[in-house]
Amino acid sequence: MSSTFLGMPGSFPKNAAKAVQNSQLRYNLRKATHTIRGKRANVVGELPDWQELRAAGKAIKDETLRHLDRYLVQMEEAVTRAGGHVHWARDADEANRIVGELIKATGETEVVKVKSMATQEIGLNEALAAQGVTAYETDLAELIVQLGDDFPSHILVPAIHRNRAEIREIFLDKMEKVPEGLTDEPRALAEAARLHLRERFLKSKVAISGANFMVAETGTLVVLESEGNGRMCLTLPETLISVVGIEKLLPAWRDLEVFLQLLPRSSTGERMNPYTSMWTGSVEGQDFHLVLLDNGRTDVLADEVGRQALRCIRCSACLNVCPVYERAGGHAYGSVYPGPIGAILTPQLRGMSSELDASLPYASSLCGACFEACPVAIDIPEVLVDLRAKVRHKPAERAGMRVAGWILNDQVRLAKAQRLATRFRKLVPKRLPGPLSAWTDTRDLPDIPEESFRDWWERNERA
Amino acid sequence: MRVALFITCVNDTLFPGTGKAVVSLLRRLGCEVDFPAAQTCCGQMHVNTGYRDEGVRLARHFTEVFAGYDAVVAPSGSCAAMVREQYPKLVRPGSRGATAVAEVAPKVHELSEFLIDVLKVDDVGAYFPHRVTYHPTCHSLRGLHLGDRPTRLLQNVRGLELVELPAAQECCGFGGTFAVKNPAVSAAMGADKVRNVLGTGAEVLCAADNSCLMHIGGTLNRQRTGVRIMHLAEILAATEEAQ
Ligand code: SF4
Repeated sequence: MSSTFLGMPGSFPKNAAKAVQNSQLRYNLRKATHTIRGKRANVVGELPDWQELRAAGKAIKDETLRHLDRYLVQMEEAVTRAGGHVHWARDADEANRIVGELIKATGETEVVKVKSMATQEIGLNEALAAQGVTAYETDLAELIVQLGDDFPSHILVPAIHRNRAEIREIFLDKMEKVPEGLTDEPRALAEAARLHLRERFLKSKVAISGANFMVAETGTLVVLESEGNGRMCLTLPETLISVVGIEKLLPAWRDLEVFLQLLPRSSTGERMNPYTSMWTGSVEGQDFHLVLLDNGRTDVLADEVGRQALRCIRCSACLNVCPVYERAGGHAYGSVYPGPIGAILTPQLRGMSSELDASLPYASSLCGACFEACPVAIDIPEVLVDLRAKVRHKPAERAGMRVAGWILNDQVRLAKAQRLATRFRKLVPKRLPGPLSAWTDTRDLPDIPEESFRDWWERNERA
Repeated sequence: MRVALFITCVNDTLFPGTGKAVVSLLRRLGCEVDFPAAQTCCGQMHVNTGYRDEGVRLARHFTEVFAGYDAVVAPSGSCAAMVREQYPKLVRPGSRGATAVAEVAPKVHELSEFLIDVLKVDDVGAYFPHRVTYHPTCHSLRGLHLGDRPTRLLQNVRGLELVELPAAQECCGFGGTFAVKNPAVSAAMGADKVRNVLGTGAEVLCAADNSCLMHIGGTLNRQRTGVRIMHLAEILAATEEAQ
């Protein structure tokens, strides 16, 4: 995945422990997630058939994934027929190489980009920079992240961790031409970005995008957006290169009816997004290339429990309702995919060998808010628990859990352990040592009772 | 009706008062309550922490112990959800013990479900003259879909003033071993929950799960807030005579 995030040190608990003490971050995140949460709840609540739509979304994606091989070939044929070129990329390196070569063939050294998760996942901007190509993000929030030399922290709102005062600072610091007297009013900031980008749009001959959906039947790609910058990138340049994960397919045109309802309502909390662009192959002489990206997806597909993560349409509803994300922020997840979806997707895409990746399946209280909000009904808690069973556990923890399992599996052993605890109840310290101090650092322990329930029953009730 | 009490290991060891309350409440409502002594733990901690084998052993043990009862009542939404929702996936159809799971799991009820759906009472004749707020707990809410069952029961308690908890549906941050594996986030979530509890001006925070209460209550105590925690069963068991 993203080279920028790859090899990030630390673990989720350590990263999160720092983030929760950042009052500015906590305030920004609380405000932003609660606002989107409320908007989503309203527009989802007004649809009487939301649960049916959700079930349909899940069913369509499951059908696609089951026959992915067939639909992918169908997609390739349809795009080729419409004058486009299709490339297959096994992993990030291959995809970056293909895109680099395609750009090189045009002779250009600057490209504009439509906001895309897939290109971030493969670290395309950095790979292109190494080949002497500068990629300019055109989505406002992505631009803020790029100018600030920062990491995205949210799927939909990558700069969610920044407030407008910070954004103004970044613009003043990094933009070549900033309007005089720039304030931190959202309108003024957007205008500054618009001026900054306009020239790029007009100059650029190559654009790079992802896609929200691909329709196998027709070979059509679909991008949903709010700002219109994507539409400019998709239509103005002479060459368009789209890097799309193989799971973004939908079998038929009519399936869009379901997803064009599910996505905006779950994502921005709107009934409909302002811009929906669709294109099929090469349009009006534009040179079109589709790079189909695997990068670990077929491995995920092979996992019976984990494969449901491939239904994800990257709406970010699960982030916005997640109490852990709200307090830890996106950077703690060390991946372009933060929040609940990141906690199940990142470990599957890049494995669980690093300390950070092995800690991700535990970055959840299993409260289930994500599952409830997910428009394609991904049972995120189920996948988390399944991944936890696959993580290599620390030896001390494993030993402790084995002993606990042995005691709990037998009433006599359990009763003995309970009596031991009650006998020494007065000796239990207020602050526990070792890993258990994690409990007593912020909470008192409950008093240990004089007698367990089973002993009370035995004494009073056993006939 | 032959009702078995599944006390749960946490209640058994740390909150025996909750078990005693369930027994007295169910007897008051005419049930014959049995406590199968061989019971231990549902296995939730092991399964949810990634120790599936231990969890499967505990699940098989559970179903052996509770086979043959008309109903099993547990004063814990999360343990009831574990048995009913997770067992059928954990002990796969066709594997050893799967038939027993299929038979026993549907008979396991969380206390408020048992009172309202099986016994069909929503007024248990309790008396508790205090200001109370109720935290619905995630597994009761999103796992078992208890809905308003617990608050309906509380509303019918004489003398009780039920005040709504703001952002009640938000997780308190307990999450089993999450509380020690991610202590900072857990404490941050707990702090927000506590703030909301204090905002209600309630004397008592009530829930259908002592494990969540142990976390929120531990924080309430540490901050010397003077708000006490009580399991739903203990409030429903309280009567005028027993005050
Ligand atoms: S997992 Fe579900 S809720 Fe989360 S981003 Fe993906 S589709 Fe949206």
